[in-house]
Amino acid sequence: MWAILSIRVENKPGILFKVTHLFRARNFNIDSISVGVMENPEFSKMTITTVGTEKQIAQIVKQLDKMIDTIEVKRLDEKESVYKELALFRIKSNEESTSTEISKLADTYGAKIHNGPEGSLIAELTSTPDKIKTFEESIKPFGILDSARTGVTAL
Amino acid sequence: MNDKMEIMNGGKALMKALEKEGVKEVFGLPGGANLPMYDELFKSNIRHILVRHEQSAAHMADGFGRVSRKPGVCFATSGPGATNLLTGIATAQADSAPMVAVTGQVPVNMIGRDAFQESDIIGMSNPSVKYAFQPRTVEEIPEVVKKGFYIAETGRPGPVLLDIPKDVQQNEAEVTFPDEVRMPGYHPWTDVDMVNIERAVDLLLSSEKPIILAGGGTIISSAFAELQSIAEMLMIPVVTTFKGKGAFPENHPLSLGPIGMHGHAEANKIMTEVDCVLAIGTRFSDRSVGTFEEFERNLKIIHMDVDPAEIGKNQTAQVAVVGDVKASLRVMLKLLTKKALKKSDGNNWLKHVNEVKDYWRENLKLHPGEMSAAKILRKLREVLPKESIVTTEVGQHQMWASLFFDAIHPGTFFSSTGLGTMGWGFPAAIGAKVARPDVAVVDIAGDGSFNMTENSLATSVLEDIPVIVFLINNYSLGMVAQWQRTFYDRRMIGIDLKKCPDYVKLAESYGAQGIRAQSLDELGKAVKAGLNSDVATVIDIPIDPEEDVLPFVAPGTSLKDMILPS
Repeated sequence: MWAILSIRVENKPGILFKVTHLFRARNFNIDSISVGVMENPEFSKMTITTVGTEKQIAQIVKQLDKMIDTIEVKRLDEKESVYKELALFRIKSNEESTSTEISKLADTYGAKIHNGPEGSLIAELTSTPDKIKTFEESIKPFGILDSARTGVTAL
Repeated sequence: MNDKMEIMNGGKALMKALEKEGVKEVFGLPGGANLPMYDELFKSNIRHILVRHEQSAAHMADGFGRVSRKPGVCFATSGPGATNLLTGIATAQADSAPMVAVTGQVPVNMIGRDAFQESDIIGMSNPSVKYAFQPRTVEEIPEVVKKGFYIAETGRPGPVLLDIPKDVQQNEAEVTFPDEVRMPGYHPWTDVDMVNIERAVDLLLSSEKPIILAGGGTIISSAFAELQSIAEMLMIPVVTTFKGKGAFPENHPLSLGPIGMHGHAEANKIMTEVDCVLAIGTRFSDRSVGTFEEFERNLKIIHMDVDPAEIGKNQTAQVAVVGDVKASLRVMLKLLTKKALKKSDGNNWLKHVNEVKDYWRENLKLHPGEMSAAKILRKLREVLPKESIVTTEVGQHQMWASLFFDAIHPGTFFSSTGLGTMGWGFPAAIGAKVARPDVAVVDIAGDGSFNMTENSLATSVLEDIPVIVFLINNYSLGMVAQWQRTFYDRRMIGIDLKKCPDYVKLAESYGAQGIRAQSLDELGKAVKAGLNSDVATVIDIPIDPEEDVLPFVAPGTSLKDMILPS
């Protein structure tokens, strides 16, 4: 089972370390993690996606809640929340025709195309992890030179 | 609310803040990075108790904390001083003991530069503390001390680390001492959960074969009277976890003693028959319940605990009551009183329980020798006043203490049950004696464990903190030897301690009293001599090195698979 956890923490040094350490020490998985300061700079919001049984996820939520630095821990309902991830792919594109094809493909997924180094293209896609995966599969034949993802953030 | 501002250095701010928390003693050892705080300790009214190894300082603070229910305080320098504390800190965390550990750190501008005696103790200790602070300015010190004590002693208690850079101890600043602190992410107290307590009562009353399982949380929250009243009102038998030993008088007719790997035979037998358990302040450790899946089969669990994360961690509860167990039990007692319930002591379940109990108390085969574990521990119980405090080391002697030494007075039995730290018992006994100088304190020890912190004899003698070390001596690492005999076809390795040292001479060399007891009569006299002594007494009690601890629930098996003496 996949779960999205939204964690409001005090914006202090060392808290990311403590949260990730908790996952390691308790034998939980982190699928992705993203952190950013909130509108009130006293707090940061961490979004963690994780995989586990229902019992494990309930235990993760409780252990996170027990941490003194966490203010609020929520398990987000996939259907009732917006969850997105930004992915960047650097794609091989030596010929004009490839470039047009990639641009078309990007359009259908709502990805933006930037010029990359050495004639490559960089596709920028903000979407759900599933759709990013499908997009990745469809551009694979062109040759993916590099990629980076932010991890899911959600509200 | 605040006191007026005062100018002082960080070390003085620390001492003042500790004094405001009521600290009268600290256990520690000075070094380069905590000299400034020691200089202020010199000028303060706080007593310093010098140890010979920082691990012992942490165990002393732990013992002090468990007995007084106020955080014990230990001091160590940076680097190796701090890392030596770690085992003691982890021990306190595993057993939910309140502690405040204060370490020196290299100056702020040296942190991260691999300075002499620098260690990232904040990072290293992270999974083993309830919380850790590293104040970077003098002004923060009063607040982190206040927060540290509050965190250490409230909710589920635990160790807090204050890591103070040397320059922060030295620098002067204007400081104020807060009366209250705010921590938006820390909510140790919850309201009493009325709804679930009512559900718990219904479930308990509708069950046919109920039992109460009292864990360490019962002792931490001093819920002794409530537990006893409920057990007596409903005539429900009581078992404990090993950590819960001493939550319920073990000479009480309803007591079956501890369950678990080395639980009482009758307790383990009955535990496999019950249909409902009222579990109070326990995490259902594997050492207590065996395999998790087997334990909860056919069993309805009512789980009371102050820590919500314990609910459902190891066992699935039908009813969960989160909150201070004393407060919850008090409400439960009121509800039961309102129902004017009085179960007769003639009910069939209790009759059966008593038959099983009587059978095992009469028929459990014991080691035949005069100085068997059972006989020497029963002798100790006979001679020792009931309100005396007992600690143990870790190993065979510890499990024999669980089996054969009855804890009668509430909250008088303490052991390193979670982390299982050899060397804990003796320094913890010294800490306990500092907390309760009015009662006798005995460390039930094994020779292997006592070796690890025996240099605390210097602290005991020189600081005038007399305790008794009841040294059950098989000159081997007995529990390991037992496992090698049982599971490794007697391939004995690394267990023979070769009659070294001579514990009577060892005790005497520290200025303590050393007595060798080779008969029960000598043993009784030795304990009495220890009770009357002004210095520590080490009673060396040689036993048969082949004696096993039985019954035994092998790891990875269930209580019903208990191995009995043949």
